[in-house]
Amino acid sequence: MHLLWAIPALPLAGFLILFLTEGRLPRSVVSSIGAGSVGLAALLTGYVAWQFTSSDSSEFVSSSWTWMIVGEFNVSFRLWVDALSLVMVSVITGVGFLIHWYATGYMSEEEGYSRFFCYMNLFVFAMLILVMGDNLLLLFLGWEGVGLCSYLLIGFFHKVPEFGYAARKAFVVTRVGDTFLIIALFLIFKQVGSLQIQEGLTFARESMPDPATINTIICLLLLGGAVGKSAQVPLQTWLPDAMAGPTPVSALIHAATMVTAGVYLIARMQDFFMLSQTAMLCVAAVGLVTLFIASFTALVQSDIKRVLAYSTMSQIGYMFFALGVGAWSAGLFHLMTHAFFKALLFLASGSVILAMHHEQNMFKMGGLWKKLPIPFIAMLVGSAALVALPLTSGFFSKDAILLTAWKNSPYAILFWTVAVIAAFLTSLYTVRMMVLTFFGKPQSEMHELKKESLWHPSRIRTVVPFGLLAVLSIAGGWMGFEFTSDLFGDKGVHAEFHFDPIALLTLGIPFAGVVVGYFLFASDLVDRRKIIKNRLSDLLSKFWHSGWGFDWLYDTLVVKPFRFIAQTRTNRNDIVDLFFKLIKFLASLFHHILSMFQTGHVRWYAFTMVGGLLLVFLAVVWI
Amino acid sequence: MELSLYLFYISAAVAITTAIMAVTRKNASHALIYLVVTLLSIAVIFFLLGAPFAAALEIVIYAGAIVVLFLFVVMMLNLGRSSVARESQWLRPGMWVLPAILSGVLFIVFGYTVLQTENSAMIEGQVVPPKEVGKVLFHEYLLGVELAGVLLLAALVGAFHVGRRYLEERREN
Amino acid sequence: MTTALSIPLEHVFFLAIILFLIGAFGVLIRRNIIFMLLSLEIMMNACGLAFVAAGARWAEPDGQIMFMFILALAAAEVAVALGLVVQLARRFETLDIDRAEELNG
Repeated sequence: MHLLWAIPALPLAGFLILFLTEGRLPRSVVSSIGAGSVGLAALLTGYVAWQFTSSDSSEFVSSSWTWMIVGEFNVSFRLWVDALSLVMVSVITGVGFLIHWYATGYMSEEEGYSRFFCYMNLFVFAMLILVMGDNLLLLFLGWEGVGLCSYLLIGFFHKVPEFGYAARKAFVVTRVGDTFLIIALFLIFKQVGSLQIQEGLTFARESMPDPATINTIICLLLLGGAVGKSAQVPLQTWLPDAMAGPTPVSALIHAATMVTAGVYLIARMQDFFMLSQTAMLCVAAVGLVTLFIASFTALVQSDIKRVLAYSTMSQIGYMFFALGVGAWSAGLFHLMTHAFFKALLFLASGSVILAMHHEQNMFKMGGLWKKLPIPFIAMLVGSAALVALPLTSGFFSKDAILLTAWKNSPYAILFWTVAVIAAFLTSLYTVRMMVLTFFGKPQSEMHELKKESLWHPSRIRTVVPFGLLAVLSIAGGWMGFEFTSDLFGDKGVHAEFHFDPIALLTLGIPFAGVVVGYFLFASDLVDRRKIIKNRLSDLLSKFWHSGWGFDWLYDTLVVKPFRFIAQTRTNRNDIVDLFFKLIKFLASLFHHILSMFQTGHVRWYAFTMVGGLLLVFLAVVWI
Repeated sequence: MELSLYLFYISAAVAITTAIMAVTRKNASHALIYLVVTLLSIAVIFFLLGAPFAAALEIVIYAGAIVVLFLFVVMMLNLGRSSVARESQWLRPGMWVLPAILSGVLFIVFGYTVLQTENSAMIEGQVVPPKEVGKVLFHEYLLGVELAGVLLLAALVGAFHVGRRYLEERREN
Repeated sequence: MTTALSIPLEHVFFLAIILFLIGAFGVLIRRNIIFMLLSLEIMMNACGLAFVAAGARWAEPDGQIMFMFILALAAAEVAVALGLVVQLARRFETLDIDRAEELNG
C-alpha cells in the first residue's frame, strides 16, 4: 500500500489546524505543526519514492473520489504520480520542509506567525495537488491555489500599502496567464472529450488530426499559462515586486516551486508540444528572451532580493529554453538543482537582511563575510552552483542544457550563443552581488546579533537547512541527469559529456565571468566611477534597472487607459448606466407595489386570506 | 332512532345560533359563555356521529381548558363597561357589509362544492371507541404525535418568553 | 354498539361550513383581538367537525385523530396568542388590533 493521499493531506491538516485556531496556539506549537506537517510529508515522499523505484510500475495511483459529473464531463479527485511528478513532489516537500524549518527562526519576531505558517501549509498543499492531480482540472485547482497563496504571502506584511500593491500586481498579471490556461483546457476538452492527462496524452500521440493547427493553438495557450506563472516575458513584471513577501516565501514560492509550475505544465503536456514545431520554437524563444533580458536587469539592481528574483527569472528561462529545444530531462534536471541552490541563496540573503535591519540595498552592506560567516559560506556555495562552476549541481544541469541546445536545436548557433552570453552574465551579476554584500568596506551599521534571537545564523534552525541545501546544491548534480532522463524514456535527448571544443567553452564561460566580474567590481584596475559617469552606460543602466521598461509599457498601454475608462468622471450617465438605472427603477417600483400590501393591519391580512380562499375554491369549482 | 336524528338537528341549530351570538357580543365574558355552549353542542354532535372520545376531548380540553384560559385573560385585563361601550363604537353597521358579502359568496361556493359530490353518503353512526383511536394514533400517526408534542413544547417556550419580557418591563417601570 | 342513526354526510358538512363562515365573519368584523381569537376557535372547531364526520362516514378512527391534532394546534396557538394579547394590552393600552400596525411597509 502506498500512502499517496497522505502526502497532500498532511499540509492540508496543518493548514486547517492553524486556520481554525486563528493564531491562538503558542508559537512553539505553531512551528511544530507548520514545519512538522511538511516534514512528515517529506518523509512520506521519501518512502513513496523508495517504493516507486523498487516497484515495476511506472505510475502510482491513489483511490479516487468523484468531484463532479456533468453529462459526460467526469472529474475525479485522484492522485497520479509518475517519475516526473515524483521529482516535483520531492522538491516541494523536501526543499519546502527545509524552508519551513528555517522560517520558524526567520519569522520568530514577526506578527502573524501562525498566519504565516497557515498560508505556507496551504501553499504546499495546493502545489502538491498541482503536480499530483491526474486530470487537468485538478491541476488547475492547484494552479489557482498556489496563485492565491502567492498573493496572500506577498502581501503578508499587509500594513505596508506598497506590499499590498505588489501582491495585487502578482495576482492580476498571473491571472492573464491563467485565462490562457483555462481556454487551453476548454480546447483540450473539446478535442479529447476528457480532461484526464493520460487520456489527453494518448490522444495526442495517436489520434491528433493532421495538420494539427488546433494542437498548436492549444500548446500556445498552455505556454501562455506557463509564462504567467513562471514569470517569463511578456508576463514577467510581477516577480521582482513579489519580493515584498518574507524571504522564506520568496525562497519557496518565487524560486523553488511555484514559478517552476509552468515548466512542469509544459513537461507534463509533452506529447502535445512534440507535435508542434511552432510551439516548441515559441517555448525556446520565450525562455531565451527572458534569459537575456533578466540577466541584464540583474546586473544593475541594487536590491539583493531583486537580483535573486531576476536571476530566478533567467534560470527559469533556461528551463523553458531546454524544453523548447527538446532537452526535456535536462530542463527538469535544472529545475531540481535550481530549486536547491536558489532556495539556499534566498535563505542566506534572508539572514543577511535580518542582520542588517531589513536593509536590502547591497550598496549599504559590504564587508559582511567576517561578521556573518555562515550565511557567507551558504551564499558562496549557492553562487557557485548558480554560475555553474564545475562539480556543482548547476554545472551539470546547465551544461546539459547548453550541449543539447547545440546538438538539437534548429537554430543551434544563435540559440547557443545567446544562452552562453547569458551564462556569462549570470557569473557577472553573481560576482557583483557577492562582492557588494560580503567584501569591501562596511557601508552601514549592522544589527547587533544576539545569541538568543531565534533567527541568529548560528542557531540550529538556520544551520541545518543551510547545510542540507548546500550539500544538495553541490551533490544534487552528481547523480547525473540520468536520474531525470529516465523520466522521458527515449523521447528525451541524451547528452553526454564529450570533451569537444563546445563542451570546453561551456566549461570555461563561468570562469571567464567570474574573472571579468572580479576585475569590474572588486579590483582597482577598472575605474568604476568613470563607467558610471559615462552617458551611454548611465542610460543603459537606467533602462536595464527598470527591467527593460516593461512596467512602464504596461502602465501606459493597459493600466492608464483602464483607469481612465473606469473613472466616474468619464463614464457617468452613459448608456450602460441607463440599463442599471432601469433595473433600479423596476426594483423600486415593485417594491412600492408590494409594500402596499404590507399595511400592518391584521384584519386586512385576514380579509385577503379569506379572499384568496375564495379564489382557490372558485378555481377548483370552475376548472 | 328518530330521537338521535332530531338531537343532531337541534344541536346543529344551537351551535349555529350560539356561534353567531358569540361572534357578535360586545361583552367578552358573555361571548365566551356562548362559545362554551357552541362547543358543548358540537360535542353532542361528535357523540352522535360515533366519536365519543373526540366528544370527551371537546368538552375537557376546549370547553374546559382553552375557554378558561380565555376567561383568565379577560378577567386579568379587567374589561369593564368602558370596553363594552368601545365595542359598540367599533361595531358600526357599515363594517358588516363587505365581510357579509364575502362570507355569503364563500358559502355558495362551498355549498356548491359539497353538493357536487355524486354519491351522497350516510353516516351510520357506528361507534369508534377510544381504544381503536389509541391504537391507530400510536402506530400509524406516531410521528404526528411526536411533532404535536414538539409544537406544544414550542408554544410553551414561546408563551413563556412573551410573558417574561412583559414582566421584566414592568420591573423596570 | 350502534346508535343506528343515519345522517347525510352533506348535512354535517353544511353545519361545518356555516360554523366556519361565522368564524371567518367574526375575524373580519371585530377589532378586538380577543374576539378575533375566539372566532378563530370557532373556525377550527368547524374544521374538526368536518374531519370527525368524514372519519365517521367510514367508521375509521383517522378523523378523530385529525381532530386531536387540531386540538393540539389550538392549544398551542391560544397559549402564544393570549401572551401576545397581554403584551398588546400593556404596550398600547388597548386591545384594538388596528393600533398595532407598526409593520406597515
